[in-house]
Amino acid sequence: MSSNLSEQADKVQGTTQVLNAQVTELLNQLSASEAALAAAQHGAGAPFFVIGLTVFVLACFVGYYVVWRVTPALHSPLMAVTNAISSVIIVGALIAVGQSDNVLSKGMGFLAVVLASVNIFGGFIVTQRMLAMFSKKKKK
Amino acid sequence: MSMTVSLLAYLVSSVCCIMALRGLSGPETAKSGMRFGIAGMTLAIITTMFMPNMQGFGLIVAGIAVGGAIGAFVAKKIAMTDLPQLVAAFHSLVGLAAVMIAAAAFGSPAAYGIGEHGNIPVGSLIEMSLGVAIGAITFTGSIIACGKLQGFITGKPIVFKGQHPLNALLGIGVVVMIVLLCMTQSPLLFWAIVAVALLLGVLMIIPIGGADMPVIVSMLNSYSGWAAAGIGFTLQNNLLIIVGALVGASGAILSYIMCKGMNRSFFNVILGGFGGEAAAGGAAAVKSDKPVKIGSADDAAFILKNAASVVIVPGYGMAVAQAQHALREMCDMLKKNGTKVRYAIHPVAGRMPGHMNVLLAEANVPYDEVLELEDINRDFAQTDVAFVIGANDITNPAAKKDPASPIYGMPILDVESAGTVLFIKRSLGSGYAGIDNELFFYDNTMMLLGDAKAMCEGVIKALEH
Repeated sequence: MSSNLSEQADKVQGTTQVLNAQVTELLNQLSASEAALAAAQHGAGAPFFVIGLTVFVLACFVGYYVVWRVTPALHSPLMAVTNAISSVIIVGALIAVGQSDNVLSKGMGFLAVVLASVNIFGGFIVTQRMLAMFSKKKKK
Repeated sequence: MSMTVSLLAYLVSSVCCIMALRGLSGPETAKSGMRFGIAGMTLAIITTMFMPNMQGFGLIVAGIAVGGAIGAFVAKKIAMTDLPQLVAAFHSLVGLAAVMIAAAAFGSPAAYGIGEHGNIPVGSLIEMSLGVAIGAITFTGSIIACGKLQGFITGKPIVFKGQHPLNALLGIGVVVMIVLLCMTQSPLLFWAIVAVALLLGVLMIIPIGGADMPVIVSMLNSYSGWAAAGIGFTLQNNLLIIVGALVGASGAILSYIMCKGMNRSFFNVILGGFGGEAAAGGAAAVKSDKPVKIGSADDAAFILKNAASVVIVPGYGMAVAQAQHALREMCDMLKKNGTKVRYAIHPVAGRMPGHMNVLLAEANVPYDEVLELEDINRDFAQTDVAFVIGANDITNPAAKKDPASPIYGMPILDVESAGTVLFIKRSLGSGYAGIDNELFFYDNTMMLLGDAKAMCEGVIKALEH
């Protein structure tokens, strides 16, 4: 009788252990999926792509309507200024210099910083030179 | 600076860039637009520099200082007539920078939060390789365009057998390699994509003639935007995506306007070879035995003195001869004489969109005297003298009358309906399209053969007497 009881107790204990392990595993899985979800919400992989695409398409429309309103006389300054602002990719270059973990990427980033800066300064200055010529004649 | 703050700062910066373009809707608002643009760019750089975990401040500041000094120097020194080359050269830098950033991201993806080295998510790889391919095409394509505009590469189309199949093959090759890259993550493939795209950029632009460069420069402008957007997707940065899309759209619209100005489809321009027969056609044109009235500067001055209204039609020849200052001086004298002087600008006059407007502005021509094709074309019939300086194809009546002409259907300035047409030209040869301009042989046309600047100065001298 007592041996039977202790046998049953062992069995219960064994089951408890199995259950315990299962619960731990489930918990692990849950936290893992939570982490994945959190990562996804912070924009890793597909979800950012969708957000980015939304922004991209809307920005294309904004660009379309804004650029059609640019007067043809200012098309040259338009090209120069779009050239300057497209150098906003310097942001990517700064991250490469400031955060990457190997020398090659840092070097690439540094060169990109230099190139983009040439463009930013050059583009804005040349645009301003052009615009200065246009506005001069207003007072006449 | 927390992530939320920097994201919001990027948003402000994006809006500033939109305002910069918005300002260009008129010369009065353009300058304030420019301030927005500069503010937006400064904000974007500062925000990025103060992001968490940023290091290497000294290196960054040094890079910006070196680049900025070079850019400022070049932009201050450049002559306004060399503007198209400069813009093309600047585009190439954006392309190259995009390639380098993509390479940096490929080499250390952890910095950008896109997986581990050798284990980058497929989505990011696709975005990255598209960005790098477009960037590389922009880089070499712009260098070729710049070379053609500057003249160190022949402005004539360079065509060879099997050119288009070869380009198509290379294009397909890039796509195949992108797919393989996604499967293998091999750095070798990444650099192979860069190499092939660089080659493709060269091959795409060499068959395109010098006068089609307005379309090409706008197209490359557009590409540099798309490359920036591609990098934006890789870096998961909305600012880059927004600005890239703006620039891309802007370049695309400009190319469209240029193509419409020539009544040619975008593909017709891209496939190139246009004007390749120019040399052969030009030789034949001179032989034409119809009578041509050839006048001198004194004749021109006499006609201009007696005119009540004059419309100036400038073209690329004016830019080549640097005649804009002499032209403006001449017009000032006419205005003092009581003549109404206006300028008519064809959308594709010159080598970049708005090229003529900038040159006239440089010579202090008031911009309210400078009109676009659709605003002035009806007025030619009431104009005494149309003064064509350095333009040709954009005035050719064949575009309206001769369905066999290669430029048939192209909108032209109706200079032939003016009382007298004074046509400054170096010779009686044909223009870029390689076709005879029958306007030379009209009764009301007087040809003034010679350099545009020398001719203007001659007219000024004659007017002084």
